[in-house]
Amino acid sequence: MIYKLIKPNSYYDSVTLMLITDEIKKKENVEEALVGMGTETNKGFLKELDMLDEELEKTTPNDLLIVVKGENIDISEIEKDVEKLLKIETEEEEGEKFYPTLESAVKKLKNANIALISIAGEYAGYEAKKALDLGLNVMLFSDNVPLETEIELKKYALKKGLLVMGPDCGTAIINGTALAFANVVKKGNIGIVAASGTGAQEVSSIISNLDSGISQLIGTGGRDVKKDVGGLMFLEGIKRLIEDNQTEVIVLVSKPPHEDVVKKAVELLKKTNKKHVVHFINGKVYEEDILVGYTLEDTAIKASLISKGEKVEDKIYSYLDYFKNFDFDLKAKEEAKKISEGKYIRGLYSGGTLADEAMILLQNDIGPVYSPSPINPEYKLEDINESRQHTIVDMGEDEFTVGRPHPMIDFTMRKSRLIKEYFDKDTAIIILDIVLGWGSHMDPGGEIAEAVKTAREKSNKYKCIIANICGTYDDPQDYFEQKKKLEDVGVLVFPSNASAVRFAVNVWKELGR
Amino acid sequence: MSLFNKELEIVNIGLKSFYEDLKKQGAKVVHVDWKPPLGGSRSLKILNDFSKISIDVEKANAEAVERIMNSQPTLVGMGIAREVVPGMKENMILHAGPPITWNRMCGPLKGAIIGGLIYEGKARNEQEAIELIESGEIEFDPWHHHDGVGPMAGVATPSMPVFIIENKTYGIKSYCTMNEGLGKVLRYGANGPEVIDRLKWMEEVLYPVLKEALELKGEINLKNLIAQAVQMGDECHNRNRAATSLFIREIAPAILDTNFSNKEKKKVLEFINSNDHFFLNLSMPAAKSATLAAEGIKGSTVVTVMARNGTDFGIRIAGLPNKWFVGPAQEVEGLYFPGFTKEDANPDIGDSTITETGGFGAFAMAAAPAIVKFVGGTVQEAIETTLKMYEITETENNTYKIPFLNFRGTPTGLNIKKVVEKGILPRINTGIAHKKPGIGQVGAGLTYPPMNIFIDALEAFVKEYL
Repeated sequence: MIYKLIKPNSYYDSVTLMLITDEIKKKENVEEALVGMGTETNKGFLKELDMLDEELEKTTPNDLLIVVKGENIDISEIEKDVEKLLKIETEEEEGEKFYPTLESAVKKLKNANIALISIAGEYAGYEAKKALDLGLNVMLFSDNVPLETEIELKKYALKKGLLVMGPDCGTAIINGTALAFANVVKKGNIGIVAASGTGAQEVSSIISNLDSGISQLIGTGGRDVKKDVGGLMFLEGIKRLIEDNQTEVIVLVSKPPHEDVVKKAVELLKKTNKKHVVHFINGKVYEEDILVGYTLEDTAIKASLISKGEKVEDKIYSYLDYFKNFDFDLKAKEEAKKISEGKYIRGLYSGGTLADEAMILLQNDIGPVYSPSPINPEYKLEDINESRQHTIVDMGEDEFTVGRPHPMIDFTMRKSRLIKEYFDKDTAIIILDIVLGWGSHMDPGGEIAEAVKTAREKSNKYKCIIANICGTYDDPQDYFEQKKKLEDVGVLVFPSNASAVRFAVNVWKELGR
Repeated sequence: MSLFNKELEIVNIGLKSFYEDLKKQGAKVVHVDWKPPLGGSRSLKILNDFSKISIDVEKANAEAVERIMNSQPTLVGMGIAREVVPGMKENMILHAGPPITWNRMCGPLKGAIIGGLIYEGKARNEQEAIELIESGEIEFDPWHHHDGVGPMAGVATPSMPVFIIENKTYGIKSYCTMNEGLGKVLRYGANGPEVIDRLKWMEEVLYPVLKEALELKGEINLKNLIAQAVQMGDECHNRNRAATSLFIREIAPAILDTNFSNKEKKKVLEFINSNDHFFLNLSMPAAKSATLAAEGIKGSTVVTVMARNGTDFGIRIAGLPNKWFVGPAQEVEGLYFPGFTKEDANPDIGDSTITETGGFGAFAMAAAPAIVKFVGGTVQEAIETTLKMYEITETENNTYKIPFLNFRGTPTGLNIKKVVEKGILPRINTGIAHKKPGIGQVGAGLTYPPMNIFIDALEAFVKEYL
């Protein structure tokens, strides 16, 4: 039997159609087939094959003919096959290719499930909304996104079962992949929800260095936990970790959230039988059965102990407990003796939460600390470039970064400030953070060492320089090489911010000025 | 469903260093070379309002492009403008682009109009022509107000012969004059005796021969002809060599059958054969008859007209019929004929951008590697041009296919919303006219429309439909 279909006024080139004819001939029950335009040649073929009738005879070269000989054939199925073959998808060639838009990128990466957005804040919200529309989770690195936009995006995301991490979210680790500024951590059973980027980096790095591991690190952006956003993603993050099979211990890291957010977070933690450690920077205890970390380091150590099934006491754990051969007091005495000028501590930070932690620890131990954004507004620096008495500066703050990259990437500002502080006759001790991991400078230790070397060469005074390396042994920068570069120029290197600050306090106390 | 149980696949938008770090980690990641929307924050507000429109714009656009693609432009015959072009008047001169007054017209358009009046016998020389124009007796109107198009200056006068194209699917007719060839020609503003003589010959010999040949031959399906030409290296805007050849194949036997002398027949065939752009005046009205089918579709943001008069660039969109959105015609980047430089160039001019509007022209650049050099680019750039145009169009053409892109359909249905949102302007291929009337073509190149017209149109659209 002959089956036929004529599609008038559709032009296709003959080679394509010949290839399609071959494909159709391979179909079940098909004895003979011709897919082609109604040209004299094709009509000639059909006549030879005894497949030509009056209707086909009348067709023109502008008509597409689908003619099939065989038994029990559904011509509409054949037509579908022909159409499919006519729409051959373009395969992209190999090699690096960038996409002009989110939509075209998603066409290529069909199973894309997250967008990492770092464009100007003004436009970031619009792009994030598009990503959510396309079913992607969002990590919004951009800052300066309007508050209403953030609330709108987060509400919309929750409706769609998606996450919006940020705006102003610098750190996340999802399924083992470090997004933006994050460290190469071991895989494990500790899940973190963090409204603080460097806080999360410090906690996750220490956990990893203690041979425990991270299941997920969900960033939310600092504003999430404040009253207006009400912890939409912070709470969602906790819920996700409660549901997640890989996560056995939940760690919360944030600057003090709004009390309603704390209340809801505590409720969630009390409902689950998963263990937790909560650290809201100020060390405040909210409820008796909520386990609190008093420093970032303490939080990480507690989480690590719990994750290994060990008992945790209500005390402040210190990394120094793990380094028994390091005589903390003796070393502090030695350093104090060497210091030949000054009586104040100066902290030059690239991580905001690390700077905050240093301020709190110093204030508790040795009194007021000046800063561009102090804990007590009385101690606000009039000029951010001029330190006073004890001073801690977060050089990642907007006032310092206008028109230049973040100090984790570009060390120019911090290096010149370091030299300036060294020459200040009031400075006795300088404390720094060295943040490793993806996103950061590939040789931060080398950069700082260079400035230290310059300062020490040009000055005849000795000042104590202390650094915390915030990073893991698996970070791309090579932890131990970074440490060595710093130690070679006489920087005292500590494995956590809290231990570095505590050492600074000890040296200062020994100094007795 | 949970993100945690799937492999992470990341789209990075913004800092490229994040993309590179992710690649080093071995993550599945693609990078978006992001651009802000056209015009920045003004557009952002319009786009935000746009998202609140309740009418189904996507559906409207799907209908618009379906009508454009279902269209069947066919050359059905020829006639004299005053007799066949709707609304044509005895004292009227049609021109390319959006409406414009005499004093704002550019050199080439003025030159062509003067030539048109001399051709009509309404003036003996430039001075008489200008006097006539300044008396206010002559009415100027865009071709697009009369369902037609004209390349470059696009001037048409009542006595000029025109092709009659019918969109067989929807019964829509469109019109265009015959192409005069290269060099000193009316459409580039030349109006000397040889220009007028050629126009007279076209009226007295070329037109009757072609008209009779067409009557003998019957209708010619232009859509299929364009489809074939695109597969033969034409984009049917700046390159029409294959299409012109195919047209000769269609018409030559019928020309031989006409009742004219062999000398006249030969001259006609030689004239067509010597002008690679003869088919441009068929590809343009073919595109016009197709885009006309989309005009007036409620809620559609698809562009139905892009046109320039050498001073202004105007667009019209399906969902806001009869409204022009106008901005300054842009400079053309390109290659110049010996003896000419950028200083000589007139801003962008002509209705030939109807080809891009209809889904070919620069949008089909990847199909026409031969002209890439002429417009100052590499083959790779030509391919990228076409690939980029997919970003701002609604669909892939079901008939015009690009061999090099594995027979992918050409980008079809320019969408103003996508243009604004993605910050990508449509690419345009074009000839360059000398800014002084009477000199003619000085080069060819590429250009873009002014961006404000897309933002203005989208703003008006939001105002209309919100």
